[in-house]
Amino acid sequence: MHRTGELYGQFKTLEQQKETATLGMWIFLITEVMFFGGIMLAYALNRHFYYPAFAAGSNTLSLKLGGFNTVVLLASSFTMALAVWSSQVGKKTLISIFLLLTILLGFVFFGVKYVEYSQKFHHHLVPGKKFDIFYCVNNPASCPDVAADELMEESNLLDEAKAADPDLNAHAQLYYSAYFGMTGLHALHMVIGAGLLFWLLKGSLAGRFTPQWNTPVDIVGLYWHFVDIVWIYLFPLLYLIDRHK
Amino acid sequence: MQSPLPFFPEQASNFAGNVDALFSYILVTAIFFTVLVTLLAVFAAFRYRRKNASDIGAEIHGNTALEIGWTLIPLILALGMFAWGAVIYVNYRTAPKDTLDIYVIGKQWMWKLQQPNGRKEINELHIPVNRNIKLILGSEDVIHDFYVPAFRVKMDVVPGRYNTMWFRPTKVGKYHFFCSQYCGTNHALMGGWVTVMDPAEYAAWLSGESGDVSPVSAGEKLFTQLACTTCHVPNGTGRGPSLNGVYGAKVLLADGSTVTADEGYIRESILQPKAKIVAGYQPVMPTFQGLVTEEQILNLTAYIKSLQTQPVPAKGAGVAPATSGKK
Amino acid sequence: MSATAAAPVKTLPEHHYLNATYGIRSWLLTVDHKRIALLYLVSVTFFFFIGGFFAMLIRLHLLTPSGYLLSADTYNRMFTMHGVAMIFFFLIPSIPAVLGNFFIPLMIGAKDLAFPKINLLSWYVYVVGAAFTLYSMVSGGLDTGWTFYTPLSTIYSNSAVAPAVVGVFITGFSSILTGLNFLVTIHTMRAPGMTWFRLPMFVWAHYATSIVMILGTPVIAITLALAGMERLFGLGFFNPAMGGDPILFQHLFWFYSHPAVYIMILPAMGVISELIPTFARKQLFGYHFVAAASLAIAVIGFLVWTHHMFLTGQSTYAALAFSFLTFLVAIPSAVKTFNWVATLYGGSISFDTPMLYAFGFLGLFLIGGLTGLFLGCLGTDIHIHDTYFVVAHFHYIMVGGAIMGYLGGLHFWWPKMTGRMYPEWLARIAALILFVGFNLTFFPQFLLGYLGMPRRYHVYPPEFQVYNVMSTAGASILAIGYLLPMIYLTWAAFFGKVAGDNPWPATGLEWKTQSPPLTENFEVTPIVTWEPYDFHNRPDLGLDAVASNGVAPAHGDD
Repeated sequence: MHRTGELYGQFKTLEQQKETATLGMWIFLITEVMFFGGIMLAYALNRHFYYPAFAAGSNTLSLKLGGFNTVVLLASSFTMALAVWSSQVGKKTLISIFLLLTILLGFVFFGVKYVEYSQKFHHHLVPGKKFDIFYCVNNPASCPDVAADELMEESNLLDEAKAADPDLNAHAQLYYSAYFGMTGLHALHMVIGAGLLFWLLKGSLAGRFTPQWNTPVDIVGLYWHFVDIVWIYLFPLLYLIDRHK
Repeated sequence: MQSPLPFFPEQASNFAGNVDALFSYILVTAIFFTVLVTLLAVFAAFRYRRKNASDIGAEIHGNTALEIGWTLIPLILALGMFAWGAVIYVNYRTAPKDTLDIYVIGKQWMWKLQQPNGRKEINELHIPVNRNIKLILGSEDVIHDFYVPAFRVKMDVVPGRYNTMWFRPTKVGKYHFFCSQYCGTNHALMGGWVTVMDPAEYAAWLSGESGDVSPVSAGEKLFTQLACTTCHVPNGTGRGPSLNGVYGAKVLLADGSTVTADEGYIRESILQPKAKIVAGYQPVMPTFQGLVTEEQILNLTAYIKSLQTQPVPAKGAGVAPATSGKK
Repeated sequence: MSATAAAPVKTLPEHHYLNATYGIRSWLLTVDHKRIALLYLVSVTFFFFIGGFFAMLIRLHLLTPSGYLLSADTYNRMFTMHGVAMIFFFLIPSIPAVLGNFFIPLMIGAKDLAFPKINLLSWYVYVVGAAFTLYSMVSGGLDTGWTFYTPLSTIYSNSAVAPAVVGVFITGFSSILTGLNFLVTIHTMRAPGMTWFRLPMFVWAHYATSIVMILGTPVIAITLALAGMERLFGLGFFNPAMGGDPILFQHLFWFYSHPAVYIMILPAMGVISELIPTFARKQLFGYHFVAAASLAIAVIGFLVWTHHMFLTGQSTYAALAFSFLTFLVAIPSAVKTFNWVATLYGGSISFDTPMLYAFGFLGLFLIGGLTGLFLGCLGTDIHIHDTYFVVAHFHYIMVGGAIMGYLGGLHFWWPKMTGRMYPEWLARIAALILFVGFNLTFFPQFLLGYLGMPRRYHVYPPEFQVYNVMSTAGASILAIGYLLPMIYLTWAAFFGKVAGDNPWPATGLEWKTQSPPLTENFEVTPIVTWEPYDFHNRPDLGLDAVASNGVAPAHGDD
């Protein structure tokens, strides 16, 4: 189809084109809800069956890192919203600045996630043959990044959980299946989002977005907010089971 | 007495008659609508066939009364089917209290069944007639399904949980049972026979072994009963090696060593099949520890020894090729 | 443009979408929905014949009780790969991605789908998924059954499960993108005057199908992703050894895979709803009811999935609820059938090949639909679940229903797609062969099922042989029935008689443009002023304004 300015040939007006793109993104987000819904159902079911193991698994996560990442993502949603606003009012330089900030915050999130994942790997908390929820408790020397008092507390919690669920190690693997499955898929969505943000940045540096036509900023914004909202669900579901310190 | 083109399988349980009756009710309804719609369509096709190339049809948009009619009538008929089916299903899923409980374990690809007094069977189930039977079903590996067509009952056998099913056999005889949930390679071989017996015969069967037979033929029978034939196919195409000519020969093992197949080796292979794996085969054989008595091991050994004279297949026997003998 | 005024020798229009550009790049990088439809046509046909080849081997093997030519493992791979190829790579994309892609924009008066590039992307996604699956087929095959039940698929199978799961997972996104594109297109791209209730039923059917695609497909995607990660990385959701639940997999799997049946049959119903009014030259009886029935099927279809699981040990109450809902979902299908038959009354019926397929569909869908009652009914399902009864039932729906609809649609629109006519008599004979061969293949399987022959058996007790031989004989006839259309349709695309813009004639917008259409579909955007399937107020069709059989139109002077 031929393109006239920003108007693609299959459309009659820019309004029609924008309406179409927005509707398309909303429908796509509905499919995303169904996609995450499947794994959340698996999570909910197993959490219901094996609550002690899930609570114990949750307690082995770092609340600090998770909390920090939540703040980072919320901030990135804010800068994204500002980017959309800048495109609507035609402040072309501001669009690029806010997009860049959003990308930076996204990469901060990746960095923290990398630290978390590698910790889990070293602590033998990745589902599989080597999985051992007691690894750090039993081998404190191999877990130098966990403070002694934290280890004490973890040891008590795990003993309690073990008393409630003799098959703790197997069921804690289900928790970590949920952890890696859910955060992994979320991270994959973040990666795709970051790619889209780079594409937007290229467009905004070229001065493509105007108050009359800013659909890409708008719909990528929708996507980015959605991915943030998913995290807003994941954080309490994974990090905040039975934390009452 | 079976007709060449049978329609209903034999009815041999308390559920069979009712299921067949419900089936017939739905069948009659289905045939009625099939014939009705077909006749209407065929009639219309001839009555309103195009006579001139440029003819068009009458202007009719629809009829709300008709629409409501042909929504409600099928709905009412369907609800009747639902209700009848629900009654049977609830009855089937709620076992009576006075049942004879039999434990059934499914594994790739055999059934292990155990009577209340501890008597074990493989791929065979003996039960008394006119007695409520409850099967408690468990799986050692994948999902299986225990299905007896003559009883019109089946139930999935799911690893990690126990399912139960019940029925009351009403007719003495031998009936097929099948695995009806696909479970891998030999899914189709994972079946056997339900033998429904008079209570007195059943009691006698339960308390004793069958009459005297020679160790070889007893072993041969066991070999089939225990489903050894499923994998140890004589022509060497099975999942396990052919046993023809194995006894007394040298067997090449997976680790490269060889071993002479004597009584001790055969016994070990039955009880600890993973101890020595024949080269070219996977360690898939289940242990029969606790499933076979010493006497039965002896019978099996006798039978395997008798296979010494059988033709050895070119491929698929455990027998080491002559060249490896020079080591 | 009456028949008499037509030029004696018809020629193809000078410019059309097929000769707009040339070269392999012009096809592989096209964003024209019509060319993408043809790309899909070629790819799904490829998978249809792969799946068909496996089916022939299965039927040949089952000629004798002890199996005729395959080992157990090979047989298991054959039926698994038959299912995977046919369901995920032929049936689900067939009507939507070929006929829907080609005709939805034409039918609503649009120049293209809303997102042409995403449309092309969806084909590439399909191809990548197909490549993974083909790789699985040649590198050890797949023997889990198309249902991928855990823990057989995740732990015990020795076949190439991972690439197949990845392939099906990827292909799912092709389906999601297609559904998304259709939904948005139908909402925002309709021509002036094309109101919702002037939409052809084919478009309504695809609207309903798209809803199923976008809501269901993501769930199978996440389910297969979890199963794949379980096989590759040891995640444990479905692994009983870790406390996971294999039944959870079935719930998630059927949450998509039951509605997926409607992805296959709804578009076929849409085709039939086009064919019957066109060849009876009469409005579709109860237009609003048929449209509503499509939506009802799509919605209620999401609430019946555990009827595949009545015997997994699920709660009795759940079984009761789902059986009840299953009977409810049967009603809209019945309503549609009655409306199609009612449409015939007072019509002017011709027996062109597409109409023969429509009649064939009616008969086979009737049997397929009604035998669903036996399976939805709890009492009888205990006996016939997982037997050949099920196999026969879903082949009547998917092959008898969906493929009859697909072939009927292909014949109907072939002159529009290629500008040329297929050989009519050969096509009628092929339709007849198909109908006979189909019934001979699958009807005996109902009897086998009730007699208790479980499905997926590579050997079977000898008492089941007679019906198996019948079925194999039928399959041979069926194979000829499928080869014929492929040969003569391909031939007709190049050498057939030039068809003209509206050979039947039919009332849809797609017939208001030239055959084959321009790349932009219409020279000027059409304005719709008529009701769907209205032959009375359409002098442009060149037909008599008075109905046949002397029945005067009720208000012909409107």
